[in-house]
Amino acid sequence: MQARFTRFIAALALAGLSGLVQAQTLKVVMHSDIKVLDPLVSSQYIVRNHGHMVWDQLVAFDEKNEVRPQMASKWTVSPDKLVYTFVLRDGLEWHDGTPVTSEDCIASIKRFVQRDPSGLRLAPSIAGFDAVDAKTFRLKLKEPYALVLETLAKPSLSPMLIMPKRVAESPASEPIGPEKVIGSGPFIFKADEWKPGEKVVYVRNPKYKPRSEPPSGFAGGKVAMVERIEWLAIPDAQTAVSALTRGEVDMVEIVPTDLLPLVEKDKAITVLPFSSGQYFGRMNWAFPPFDNVKVRQAAMVALNQEQILKGVIGDPRYYKVCKSMYFCGSQLATDAGSAGFYQGDAKRAQQMLKDAGYDGTPVVIPYPTDLPTLAPLGPLAKQQLERAGFKVQLAPMDWQSMGPRLRKKEKAADGGWSFFMSFYDARDALDPIGRTVLNTNCKTSFLGWPCDDKFEFLRDAYTRADTPEAKRDIARQVQERNTEVGVFVPLGEARFVGAMNRKLEYTFKAPITVFWGLKKS
Amino acid sequence: MLSFILRRVLAVIPVLLIVAMLVFGLLRMVPGDPAAVIAGDAATNEQVRDIRERLGLEKPIPVQFAIWLGRLVQGDLGQSFFFKKPVADLIAQRFEPTLALGVCALVLAVSVAVPLGVLAAFRQGSWVDRLVMGLSVMGFSLPLFVLGYLLVYIFAVELEWLPVQGYARIAEGFWPFIERLILPSVALSVGYIALIARITRTSVLEVLNEDYIRTARAKGLTDREVLVRHALRNAAVPILTIIGIGLAVLIGGAVVTESVFAIPGLGRLTVEAVLSRDFPVIQALILLFSCGYLLVNLLIDIGYAFLDPRIRY
Repeated sequence: MQARFTRFIAALALAGLSGLVQAQTLKVVMHSDIKVLDPLVSSQYIVRNHGHMVWDQLVAFDEKNEVRPQMASKWTVSPDKLVYTFVLRDGLEWHDGTPVTSEDCIASIKRFVQRDPSGLRLAPSIAGFDAVDAKTFRLKLKEPYALVLETLAKPSLSPMLIMPKRVAESPASEPIGPEKVIGSGPFIFKADEWKPGEKVVYVRNPKYKPRSEPPSGFAGGKVAMVERIEWLAIPDAQTAVSALTRGEVDMVEIVPTDLLPLVEKDKAITVLPFSSGQYFGRMNWAFPPFDNVKVRQAAMVALNQEQILKGVIGDPRYYKVCKSMYFCGSQLATDAGSAGFYQGDAKRAQQMLKDAGYDGTPVVIPYPTDLPTLAPLGPLAKQQLERAGFKVQLAPMDWQSMGPRLRKKEKAADGGWSFFMSFYDARDALDPIGRTVLNTNCKTSFLGWPCDDKFEFLRDAYTRADTPEAKRDIARQVQERNTEVGVFVPLGEARFVGAMNRKLEYTFKAPITVFWGLKKS
Repeated sequence: MLSFILRRVLAVIPVLLIVAMLVFGLLRMVPGDPAAVIAGDAATNEQVRDIRERLGLEKPIPVQFAIWLGRLVQGDLGQSFFFKKPVADLIAQRFEPTLALGVCALVLAVSVAVPLGVLAAFRQGSWVDRLVMGLSVMGFSLPLFVLGYLLVYIFAVELEWLPVQGYARIAEGFWPFIERLILPSVALSVGYIALIARITRTSVLEVLNEDYIRTARAKGLTDREVLVRHALRNAAVPILTIIGIGLAVLIGGAVVTESVFAIPGLGRLTVEAVLSRDFPVIQALILLFSCGYLLVNLLIDIGYAFLDPRIRY
């Protein structure tokens, strides 16, 4: 009798333990599977999210968009603003147990500034680095640069993450492999369990030492509250939503708007916005017809943000007309100089085209047919531009064919292009520096090859503006100049909504889909 | 027979070589550059060129082919451009789900379609015949993904009898393994069932009108004996042929089924590799599928000899 009772208790304990393990495992369907594991090299948002799982930042933006120490315990700036000294927190360790050192930070920054647009902007101002001791290092500048901390805190495309020196010394031109995914962040990447196309597995880093402050944006205490996270590759959105409603997965990062009613009516599921961002267009300055600034302006008058957003997103709850080249609601947002633009004024655009002497050169628009969030853009833009008198040819293709096509600096008739559209996450649309497409340096700009000294002069001035007011003023001038010359065509903002089981709860307002501060009951 | 098998196996080599050359050449002609994909949007043209050089894509196509073939002969399928993992490992990971799905769908299809086709032939013109043929037209017409969603909605979401998605390896236990295969196998086999059932009906009908069947009946054999001993065996050759041809349809269907049911199999790997221009993976997969198809055809040829004593090689 006693033996039977003991067995019963043991069985109960086992069942409880199994439930606990289940509660500690999170099954998530992210917006995409991971192919490349290097967040510096890849420009995919899924790789950025992966980066924040594994690695940590030296300094980080909080929810008020202010830079806070993260791996650093503190920093100081010399009075002449030429020397930044960072001191690392105690007890920071890589996932393999070795300590995080100054040398690791220096190597990581050196790799970052070879590749990222903000880093490339900072690079010419860097005079060198000094590793004072294992926990302290100096970043020395040739001249004051107002955005040092903002650049080092960059959280998105590509985030400035601190990697071990041996990893950070890999060439910045090619991605690191799975064996080098060793960080000091809140989760450990399980290279042995990574099955491309099936799942990516992370486990809690037991040695991670979170900061004592509560989490805020990308800063604060990044406390991992679940033991194991599995990112499952479920390519079909309908299947992912069915799996969520059935309880087979805990979270779906992006639910297409047409499937939202299925999760909104389910009481066991919470719907929440995981990401938002900005659609944009880019004209090719190097070849007709958009080598003519008046034709570019006509196109900006002809395009209609609201109609585009209606066509792509559909539900007005999830889109917003916004003429600012900075994300609306952010510190620099302004629609200065944009009156009359992006409203689909076909008549005015027709007149502008006539005045510009448009000769009927076709506008060739390559667009991806395999990405639902971008596929409708091509036909919508065609319709609007044709209404204004443009001749338009669509070039449908898959996403992977787009990259090489856009790199071709040739006439549209010879395999080049005239106009393309894409999307930036809100985190990447906050200033005039971080986006590659805003580079108008005549020697180094690409993908449309814009060349405008004044625009570049203003961007340069922004990197030296050291008060918020000065930054805002220059950002406004950049916005006005953009409308004059047509570097970047804002096409409106969208919110992408995800869904998760009500058993999950964020303990803070997550800036992107992160997994610290997320608990499962 | 042995010399026939040997000759057929040897004949496979030039076929595979032609397939390899075609795939290799075509892949390098399609738009899209894996180096640009690896490099990312922010990369300069110089960085993309560096990656192309490292991947060996700057070399002339015949040289690239010779290098690839040389490694293939040594059993090296190369490394995935993106995952930085050996192609052989990627295929090994994905092989079991596709094999399991294919075998389940094949077994289900044959075990349902052949009896249905025979029944329809035996009851030609009756309501049974009309029902079977009507259902087979429906089976052909219903797109695979629509059927997949319907099955998921009814049996997984509403009735909660079976899981929505995923795959459990057989090592995780028989029931978890099989319960995740039921819906995808049914979805995948429906079109195949329709095809085999129609061919079976036609073949059996042809045989049933032969003189030797009349003779068998005249000597007093029961319907069952006539069917099993005389009709089915003689009708089997075209049925076997269609099962073989249908395997290609099955492989095509596996791509859709694996996507709808989130099964990490070779079909999805093929799609992912094509979309990202992962040349080593695509080349290896197409060779693998070609080998599989050639092997199945060889087995069918051998099967003919067993089923029909008049066929000798």
